Amino acid sequence: MGRYIFNRSWQGLIAIIGALAIVFIAQRLSGDPVALLLPMDATEADFVAMRAKLGLDQPMVVQFWRFLQSAVVGDFGHSYMWNEPAMDLILDRLPATLELAFAGLVFAAALAVPLGVLSAVYQDSWIDRVAKVFAMLGQAVPNFWIGLLLILFFAVYLQWFPAFGRGTIMHLVLPAIALGWYPVAAMTRTLRSAMLEIMQSDYIRMARAVGLGQRSIIWKYALRNAAVPLVTMLGVYFAGMLGGAFVVEVVFAWPGVGRAVVEAVFARDFPVVQAGVVLSAVVFVVVNLLVDLSYGVIDPRIRHGR
Amino acid sequence: MADSFALEPLSRGPGLLTRGLRKLGIGKGFPWIAASVLAAVLVSALFSTWLAPHNAGGISLENSLTPPMWMEGGDSTYVLGTDNLGRDIFSRIIVGAQVSVEIAAYAIILSGAIGAMLGMTAGYFGGWVDAVISRLIDIQMAVPSIPMAMLFAAVLAPGKGMVIFIIVLTYWSWYARILRDEVLSLRERDYIALAKVAGVRTPVIFARHLFPNILNTLFVLATLQFGSVIVFEAGLSFLGLGIQPPQISWGGMLSDGRNFIEVAWWLITMPGLAIMAACLASNLLGDWLRDTFDPKLRQS
Repeated sequence: MGRYIFNRSWQGLIAIIGALAIVFIAQRLSGDPVALLLPMDATEADFVAMRAKLGLDQPMVVQFWRFLQSAVVGDFGHSYMWNEPAMDLILDRLPATLELAFAGLVFAAALAVPLGVLSAVYQDSWIDRVAKVFAMLGQAVPNFWIGLLLILFFAVYLQWFPAFGRGTIMHLVLPAIALGWYPVAAMTRTLRSAMLEIMQSDYIRMARAVGLGQRSIIWKYALRNAAVPLVTMLGVYFAGMLGGAFVVEVVFAWPGVGRAVVEAVFARDFPVVQAGVVLSAVVFVVVNLLVDLSYGVIDPRIRHGR
Repeated sequence: MADSFALEPLSRGPGLLTRGLRKLGIGKGFPWIAASVLAAVLVSALFSTWLAPHNAGGISLENSLTPPMWMEGGDSTYVLGTDNLGRDIFSRIIVGAQVSVEIAAYAIILSGAIGAMLGMTAGYFGGWVDAVISRLIDIQMAVPSIPMAMLFAAVLAPGKGMVIFIIVLTYWSWYARILRDEVLSLRERDYIALAKVAGVRTPVIFARHLFPNILNTLFVLATLQFGSVIVFEAGLSFLGLGIQPPQISWGGMLSDGRNFIEVAWWLITMPGLAIMAACLASNLLGDWLRDTFDPKLRQS
């Protein structure tokens, strides 16, 4: 197990360095990284200082090393729009994004668990078919369009929920549904096939033989094991949602990392863009790492197998 | 044998067309609707100039925000209604298909070619070559795609080229990983070993012995990718970072329509339906192709 943790952490570290390399390459791709990192009204002295800091006269390897050094301490430059360190700005927005992703996950699980269980128990019934159609649609419908439709129905026509902004729990409902929509499909199918397999297993047959009720067999004994792959999926999708939230945040004017980055792209505020991209990559890698490491804790069978 | 063949009545059995289709594996269970939708999207893209009933960019303010024809106040010449500048939604959707299909075609061909090349190389040579390429794949998969798209949107000029670049950057690793695994097992087959012993040069082994064997997988992946590329492009254009107006794209239409969400529901509904139909059709057809030609893939 210790060796495994070490290997996975090492891989995670390489992935983060890889993400930083991509950011570094993007900086150089623009032609002049100094112009990219300084505001329009920067003085000649600023330019000289930035050039020295980036070490543009040095070989690329040295430049990348310097970039890594500033990245480690979270120094991605100053935002010109807000006149604040770019990373601080992005970190301020992180709680809003985490809140949204978490709410999206809760929605997805709340829909996927009953759908998955019922479609396995009543295999080939109407509920199984509904779940299948739902899964098919869910994967083909872009989350920003779901967002627009939700605004149209629930904010414009019915006026049940506010269309944009952050504040009360009511503000959270529509963006969470838009974001949570996509994983419902995959989660439902995973849970369905896990349930189908488990319902055939010996311990469930045993429980039947002992005379336990169908309801407690399904919800208490079968679901507990079928939920294992689901729990790990939750983690993976949580990581994915942090990136996917970018577009949903724009649709609902949600003040998270994604919206800050999109606005920064328009304002040509590159320090904020790179800080946002690096932070989402780091969070993505770390969450995926934690998910992988938690397999053994959630399901002891995997730990023994390893 | 010859007798029974001669005695077989000509009229019995499936017709020529049916037999031809069956040879291609198209019979019961073929997703006809999905294939037709996809065909409609492709035809719209190719012949948009002739198919669009109105000039897709033609502004006529006196007809602005006309609802779809079946609604009260609708006009039968504007089947799906008009936008705030009086432009015909139906025509814009047809013309919008062009950009989507064009970008998808370039993106799929490029990412498929790069991914197949790297995947085959990694799987065939193994060793440090495989280690380097596999690490690259890992890194690519560990970086969330939308933030990375933002990064390149910030430094490159917006437009078709940028969108294709971003999509290729996101998707090559997907082809590479699956094809690497496939070549890894192909490599161990006798005919490859014999070809090597016989002194066949490596490029020839790649072209004649490996490539034909991964073609099915490649085709299935490309079909499945079509839908997600369309959604990805629409997302970028919706954010204003992809296709720029006045060029017409489905994502751009959603972005325009968003400002009129309170007065004209059709502006955001119709282009979204187009995106959904195209994506759904490509997923269904891709699933069918996979199950028919490459059942192994289902596990991965």
